[in-house]
Amino acid sequence: MGASSAPFSVSAQGKNPRILKGGKAMTQATAVHEAPKSFIRRYIFSTDHKVIGLQYLFLAMAAVAIGIVLSLYMRLRLAWPTERWPLLGKLFPNAMAGGTISPEFYLSLVTMHGTIMVFFVLTTAPLGGFGNYFLPIQVGAHDMAFPVLNMLSFWVTLAGFLVLMAAFFVSGGAPISGWTAYAPLSAVGEIAGPGLGMGQNLWILSIALFCIASLLGALNFITTTLNLRTKGMAMTRLPLTVWAWFTTAVLALLAFPVLLAGGILLLLDRVAGTSFFVPGGLIVSDKILPHKGGSPLLWQHLFWFFGHPEVYIAILPGMGITSHVLSTFARKPIFGYRAMVTAIFAIGLLGFLVWGHHMFVSGMSPYSAIAFSLLTLSIGVPSAIKTFNWLATLYKARIHFTVPMLFALGFVSIFVTGGLSGIVLGQTSLDIPMHDTYFVVAHFHLIMGVAAIFGIFAGTYYWFPKIFGRMMNDALGKLHFWLTFIGIYAIFIPMHILGIAGHPRRYAETAGFDFLTPLQPIHVFITIAALITAGAQLLFFFNFFWSIWKGKKAEMNPWRATTLEWTIPSPPPHDNFGPQTPVVHRGPYEYSVPGAAEDYLLQTAPPAPTKS
Amino acid sequence: MAEKVERLRFAEWGGGVSPFAVGSKKLGMWLFIVSDSLTFSGLLVGYSYVRIANERWPMPFEFWPTIVMATVMTFCLLSSSLTMALAVRASSLGDRARVVRFIALTMLGGILFVLLHAKEWAGLIAEGVRLWENPWGVPLFGASFFTLTGLHMLHVISGVIYLGVIALGVSRGRFTHEDVEISGLYWHFVDLVWMFIFPLVYLLSVKMP
Repeated sequence: MGASSAPFSVSAQGKNPRILKGGKAMTQATAVHEAPKSFIRRYIFSTDHKVIGLQYLFLAMAAVAIGIVLSLYMRLRLAWPTERWPLLGKLFPNAMAGGTISPEFYLSLVTMHGTIMVFFVLTTAPLGGFGNYFLPIQVGAHDMAFPVLNMLSFWVTLAGFLVLMAAFFVSGGAPISGWTAYAPLSAVGEIAGPGLGMGQNLWILSIALFCIASLLGALNFITTTLNLRTKGMAMTRLPLTVWAWFTTAVLALLAFPVLLAGGILLLLDRVAGTSFFVPGGLIVSDKILPHKGGSPLLWQHLFWFFGHPEVYIAILPGMGITSHVLSTFARKPIFGYRAMVTAIFAIGLLGFLVWGHHMFVSGMSPYSAIAFSLLTLSIGVPSAIKTFNWLATLYKARIHFTVPMLFALGFVSIFVTGGLSGIVLGQTSLDIPMHDTYFVVAHFHLIMGVAAIFGIFAGTYYWFPKIFGRMMNDALGKLHFWLTFIGIYAIFIPMHILGIAGHPRRYAETAGFDFLTPLQPIHVFITIAALITAGAQLLFFFNFFWSIWKGKKAEMNPWRATTLEWTIPSPPPHDNFGPQTPVVHRGPYEYSVPGAAEDYLLQTAPPAPTKS
Repeated sequence: MAEKVERLRFAEWGGGVSPFAVGSKKLGMWLFIVSDSLTFSGLLVGYSYVRIANERWPMPFEFWPTIVMATVMTFCLLSSSLTMALAVRASSLGDRARVVRFIALTMLGGILFVLLHAKEWAGLIAEGVRLWENPWGVPLFGASFFTLTGLHMLHVISGVIYLGVIALGVSRGRFTHEDVEISGLYWHFVDLVWMFIFPLVYLLSVKMP
């Protein structure tokens, strides 16, 4: 850290012609960028994209720890439904009185696990965390276009997270309506079950805050990518990570506002007596509700118009990181750069046209179902382009099996496995019997959850030396990878079998369903696998925090990679490049270039001398 | 020919200047407008959905006074877009006094709109229209009316405050032409949203003989 303080003063005086040319907006962006003196402005209310990126990452780490604990509570309940856990019950003294998990509390766990993971881990870590930290550096900018909005975006996200956590502590506890908050269950209030009073209100408020924070973030990502690129950084020379974050930001910009609209209407239904999502004549807990005229399907449409793009918001940054890491450790240029960019955009575009495939069992017209089904299956085309390009990048490569590379390869494996079950579920006739079973749970956990998490892990191991100036421990990292990789398959492959056997999801227990009794050993197996896999994550947390202070010192470019972040010190100084703005001369993946002295060429490497 | 294509493809990007020749702040406002218009689209689609899903959606609006008053409100808002455009033009010519005057006129249009709108709300509430009921049938009529026009009115009010800040800054010599132009973008957007609400909520709910 001591070395990084020197460039601050230089940069404050260093006048950068690029900034002056861009007009007032950019001058302002750098005016707030003088190195702050006080601890609070430097590390707490910081406008530095790197500090904000780290804040997002640590928020995601706290969230993922909570999310994992909640999932283990669910797994224990599923494997040993009659067992009591007085010790575990201490964490939830009201909801888990006597150490038993009631079916209602189980649904609270489902809801909170899903909401925490989707919003505050899968959206927060890869986009808010790595995107904030590395997008400006990789395009050669000194900061984001709107540093103050960037800071606000983190603090609003944090507020959203705290509001969500508060749902555990209010009367009735956390909501039981799932991360999708399906109406009318979510709309009619406390009468429908515990947690549907104040808990559900807090859930909606939390998601609304998250929508606003995402908007602020997306504005920054898009504007920075378009306007703050350094000299020579044409769009066709952007690393695929930047393309992925850029596309993700476009999706966030277009998807979250629709969820916000849905959230406003849902909140009105709950607190102001409207009936947008509640049909007439509904009887709940032996009472006829006064609402009439609304449609629960409207909520599903509004939610999934957001919800499906959200899946890609979670996974696209992982694809970008995977492409980046695969090329680096295959020591080969990424195969089909332009095809990769086109595929990212195609996936993003198609993602807005397929929300109906979440609603095949809602009673929609078979004709619409066919349209949604065909569009859904067509996403297989750009996905296959990406997969085959990854394989072609690996073809005949001398692969360096580093920890980030292992996680990137794991990403490809899990992406293919999860994608294949997507082809099954994308077809109406197959989805209808499978829809409410564990098959869907297995599918979306693999493709959206675990694949994205593998992207996050790959990014963490890859960029850790740049962020903290130290290497993470290699042996611990490899152990973490293999335990996680095998553990994930041990958890989710059996869930496919449960689903095919007709095991319904969201059920806390199977007592009374004779056809499910023989499946109980599978539940026990999955729970044991989940406990081991969760334990393996302790290795990661230990490795992470131990390496921050005790890791081996990292060089400026330990992976011998090509992009701009590897041209600056580790950790990067406050304004990234100091007074010297980099000039880019090449594409992002120039590995093993024939005739070059080394097997990689930095993007800033001067062009080869012209032919004589 | 081939050489020219090659040169174009690898043309050096100079950095710092946007490919669309748009400043970062203005691009930010455009992106906000895209996002916000999707929130309104979500609400308008929701309104259309429940309207179609309900038989006998109420159509209570009389030509006089409702439609006439709504037309006057539309007139206020559209005129304010014109004065806003004139303010932006004055600002491009560097005439600060005229900028302030035209923005003040724009704000006047917005304030008139809000006052007339508030009067209309008061009238409807007096007739017994609530978020959960109304004298004419389907309760969602009141719910969707107040939600849509309420969110729009919120945008108009924030717009008036925003323009006030800009006018005050311009009169003290603080903001640039781009800032005035960006506030104009927001104002035109708010007007444009009204041009969807007016036909969909008002004109489609006129009482049929």
